[in-house]
Amino acid sequence: MQTLIFRTTAPFLAALMILFSIFVTLRGHNDPGGGFIGGLIAASAFMMYGIAAGVEYVRRALYFHPISVAAFGLVLSSGSGLLSMFEAQPFMTSQWTFPTIMGVEVAISTPMFFDIGVYLVVMGSLTSIALKLEEE
Amino acid sequence: MAGNADHAVDYAAGMLMAPTSLADWLIVAPSLITIIGGASLVMLRYQAKWHGYLACFYLAALVLVDALLLSRVMVEGPITMTMGRWLPPFGITLVVDALGGLMALIAAIVALAVCVYSLADISVTSTRFGFYPALLWMMTGITGSFLTGDIFNLYVWFEVMLISSFGLLIVDGERIQLDGAMKYAVLNLMATTLFLVTTGYLYGAVGSLNMADIALRLREMPEGAAPMGTIATLYLLAFSMKAAAFPVNFWLPASYHTPKIVVSAIFAGLLTKVGVYALIRTLVLVMPEGRDMLSDLIAWIAALTMIVGAIGALAQNDVRRTFGFLVVGGIGSSMVGVAVGTQDAITGAILYAVNSILVMTALYLAFGILMRKNGGKVNLADLGGGYRASSWLSILFLALVFAASGLPPFSGFWPKMVLVESSLKEGYGWLAFSVLISGFITTIAMGRVWAHAFWRGGPIGTQDGRDAAPLYTLSEIVRRRVFVPVMALVAMIVYIGVYPSPVFSVSQYGAATLLKPDQYFDAVFGPVRAQEKERAEAQAVEGHRLNEASENGAVQNSEGAH
Repeated sequence: MQTLIFRTTAPFLAALMILFSIFVTLRGHNDPGGGFIGGLIAASAFMMYGIAAGVEYVRRALYFHPISVAAFGLVLSSGSGLLSMFEAQPFMTSQWTFPTIMGVEVAISTPMFFDIGVYLVVMGSLTSIALKLEEE
Repeated sequence: MAGNADHAVDYAAGMLMAPTSLADWLIVAPSLITIIGGASLVMLRYQAKWHGYLACFYLAALVLVDALLLSRVMVEGPITMTMGRWLPPFGITLVVDALGGLMALIAAIVALAVCVYSLADISVTSTRFGFYPALLWMMTGITGSFLTGDIFNLYVWFEVMLISSFGLLIVDGERIQLDGAMKYAVLNLMATTLFLVTTGYLYGAVGSLNMADIALRLREMPEGAAPMGTIATLYLLAFSMKAAAFPVNFWLPASYHTPKIVVSAIFAGLLTKVGVYALIRTLVLVMPEGRDMLSDLIAWIAALTMIVGAIGALAQNDVRRTFGFLVVGGIGSSMVGVAVGTQDAITGAILYAVNSILVMTALYLAFGILMRKNGGKVNLADLGGGYRASSWLSILFLALVFAASGLPPFSGFWPKMVLVESSLKEGYGWLAFSVLISGFITTIAMGRVWAHAFWRGGPIGTQDGRDAAPLYTLSEIVRRRVFVPVMALVAMIVYIGVYPSPVFSVSQYGAATLLKPDQYFDAVFGPVRAQEKERAEAQAVEGHRLNEASENGAVQNSEGAH
């Protein structure tokens, strides 16, 4: 879409949306949000950037092929269930750790990595479809 | 499970405290191998030349894991694992019994055979399109369906299987493939939607999704408390659609001849059998009351499916469509076992499903070799000269013809014998008769295919092949890749035909677990009961101690009575 205003604001808007999508994903454990909706927001950021600037810019910005990103998300999600093997607990049992980083207690857990996997699957597959459609 | 809470959490109230042994991880390993395997292939999308070999490696691992699982089940009885440590019936429980383990193992073997064949048959373009990941993910759905003990989870695995099978159907994106895929997709989506609706209805009536829990609750309910007839009929319709049983069978011959031959082979071998498996699992294990109500209806469906399949096979000119109708006929034979419902009959149904998986896949693959040799001709009128081109192929094909018709000494004989015997014993004489008559018509139909494609010298219009164009010879590497899987499958078919007792005893054990499912229930709920008992004892001791501490009985101990 060849409008100067859209072309100029799109990169900033896309960056903001991706930041927001990460925020939504991470707060999803206890509050509304999560990997699926976060992935949708990220995918719409890439779609919008693609409409404004052209698909090849998005592909260059992503570096990896979006469908490979989705596949990596799938590996991450199913791999997050594997950690409980070492604790002699069944598949998908959540594992938690609470390290203190710079004076702040941070909750790191396998459900979080599962959610990040979902985020990548949704973002990758939808971006892949959208970019293909925008190229046509 | 938020860890930074200050109060103590009583995990034992809802979670399994006993440690899970590493051997139990075998139960989830089939799903993990195929999911992660498929994903790793997608990540390596620019190394398409490695896809085939990697996929065969993952499927070989799948065969190994399924074999270990089945051998464990045969020694220890059904084994379970409940996801996320939640106690059943709240967590999703995976249960492996002899039926599920056997089906998963046979499915994995067939998938490996198809994968090896694909090395010669799938072009680089199709590989880039994602043939092998779709194959692996379809196996995720299929093995998941065989190994799950949760009826909603079964629905989810059906969806996984369905979505990946769409991808396989249209792998070349030709017009006729899209046409076949539409018929397949519409019917199968309707079937899974019906499955979902019925599951919702069952959940509303019983209040559980865990199969063992549903079965136990239904057995305790007074008769007529839940609308069992309606639910069982809806499940019968949904799974009959998936299995392509008689009134809803038309989609299968209309769509299975359009995709690549390897895809047809694995679809014909596995997808309909998942429908039959689900039918056996729900009607025999979960709601035997519903099966008793419907047994006459199922018997009619089984008989009509067999006859329609056999006559349809006789009527076709496109050989791949003939095979499609054979798949339909095989479903009818398996349903005979569900209709009769005795232990022998169910054993026969399981055996027939195993036989049908092996035979149908091998038939499509063997015919695929002939198609490579004659340049893709599929009509009976254009075929001929197969014996002169390859005597090996025609002998393998003849063995498959006999196995499909149920003649000894091949694997098709024993299940049919068991089915006929058990239907006669239960007074279903006409059902036994239709098994035999459909076998007879199938023999004619398949004999016709063999005689036209292999026995005669050349196509119609040639003088016994003297002036026919010679068939192609295959290069050494292609020949190895296409013949080894077919030979392996035929070897299994002959082995089961000559020495049926190992497979027979596994099927018998599977049928026994379905009909007297105490072992199955114990496997699912044993750890829960043990833990609850332990907890109650611990609390009783605790309560006793508290009572002693407050001699005057001022403390009302409401917890101890649990």
